[in-house]
Amino acid sequence: MIRHHASRFALAALLAAGLAACGNDPAWHGHDIRGVMPDLAFTLTDENGETANAADTAGHVRVLFFGYTHCPDICPVTLGRLSAALGELPEAQRDRVRVLFVSVDPERDGPEELAAYTDYYGPRFIGLTGTRDQLDEITKRYRVTYGYGEPDADGFYTVSHSSGIFVFGPGGEARLLINQSQSVPEIAADLERLLARTE
Amino acid sequence: MLSQLAPWEPLWPLIALFALALAAYLAGIARRRRARDIPSALAFLLGLGLMYAAMQTRFDYYAQFMFFMHRIQHLALHHLGPFLIALSAPSAVLAAGTPRPLRTAGRRLAASPPVRIGYRFLQQPVIAGLLFVGLIGFWLIPSVHFDAMLDARLYWIMNLSMAVDGLLFWWFMLDPRPPGTTPVTRGVGLRILVLWALMPPQIALGAWIALSPETLFDVYAVCGRAWPISPLLDQQLGGLITWIPAAMMSLLATLALLAFAFRHERERNRESTP
Repeated sequence: MIRHHASRFALAALLAAGLAACGNDPAWHGHDIRGVMPDLAFTLTDENGETANAADTAGHVRVLFFGYTHCPDICPVTLGRLSAALGELPEAQRDRVRVLFVSVDPERDGPEELAAYTDYYGPRFIGLTGTRDQLDEITKRYRVTYGYGEPDADGFYTVSHSSGIFVFGPGGEARLLINQSQSVPEIAADLERLLARTE
Repeated sequence: MLSQLAPWEPLWPLIALFALALAAYLAGIARRRRARDIPSALAFLLGLGLMYAAMQTRFDYYAQFMFFMHRIQHLALHHLGPFLIALSAPSAVLAAGTPRPLRTAGRRLAASPPVRIGYRFLQQPVIAGLLFVGLIGFWLIPSVHFDAMLDARLYWIMNLSMAVDGLLFWWFMLDPRPPGTTPVTRGVGLRILVLWALMPPQIALGAWIALSPETLFDVYAVCGRAWPISPLLDQQLGGLITWIPAAMMSLLATLALLAFAFRHERERNRESTP
């Protein structure tokens, strides 16, 4: 009996150690990146052509996503899903979230293009871009990258970019990496939980 | 050009370690002045250069953001670089190029019971083989791979563990001394057996990746790729690199071991006929 208990305890301890080792809180749908990724920091240009940095949106939960406005698939889908997830939050909570859409295609995405693009998804979506050096800095900071394909006859080219959705707390601390496989209610649940924790 | 040689994420202790190894080796070559050191010197320098280039040049950037480049990186760190370094049997040259107090300290450290026992444990044929193939497999578990590519610390633990295990394994495999010279100098036949036993699991792993109809490693989509390439093509290339060159290294090592065996045989004959 005692031995049975001991082995069960050992199993539980092992499981707990395994979970702790993965650094993953099973209650989140996304991937816990606390301590793995650095705090939110960048110098970019906003939709008005003015310099923007992380302090501008301090106090909000920040959702960071990299893309480009000519993106045929993943960007519109992701932003649409984020917009739908925000729609599922109560009004007061929704207001405490900002989605930062960083275009890694500054050649085609100027302030006007970005403003037109993000307006479609709602007032809490902010378009940002920057020089190649500024973009290299923020992408390297979050261990992501981007690259350009060869232009076709019309000059159209595709851009490879991160599909990760990074979430930062009000103080800029890295919290979650939302998976592309998460459903809209699961994204909303993660955001709601984070907002409740950081009130 | 210069920017291609600069490290993507500089690890200064690692750069210092490579610089020290290079300095000691070159000093040893200069002190010994033996023409027959030259072929092994080429192997050593090529191996050291490959390992350095895989970790501390722009190549590391591509390895972080392309699965097949990552597989080439591990091929260089775990198979090719350590293979060449071990083949060059550099201990005598390195010792000749190391200042005497350091050399004595190194010898004392190597002779201390924990190091000796630990080394002898790791250099058991079955354990060395399991570690060699187990480590490749471990870092390719999709969830482990995900965390390793995302977390900077884990990323370096992954790469350094591959490099250290590669050196340990090929050091054990390509020991040129006659079997029995030291407790870890095993018979050539036994070593060939281990090499061949390692081929099927590496082939299976490579085939599983190359032939998978869906992407197994999401992290390259999450982090973005260095240039637009179909995720499946990236994965198939990576699978082939895990599969074919990795298994071929066992054949190359077998040839090297056979050459050792012939040399031992000749030396024995020379000794017995006065």
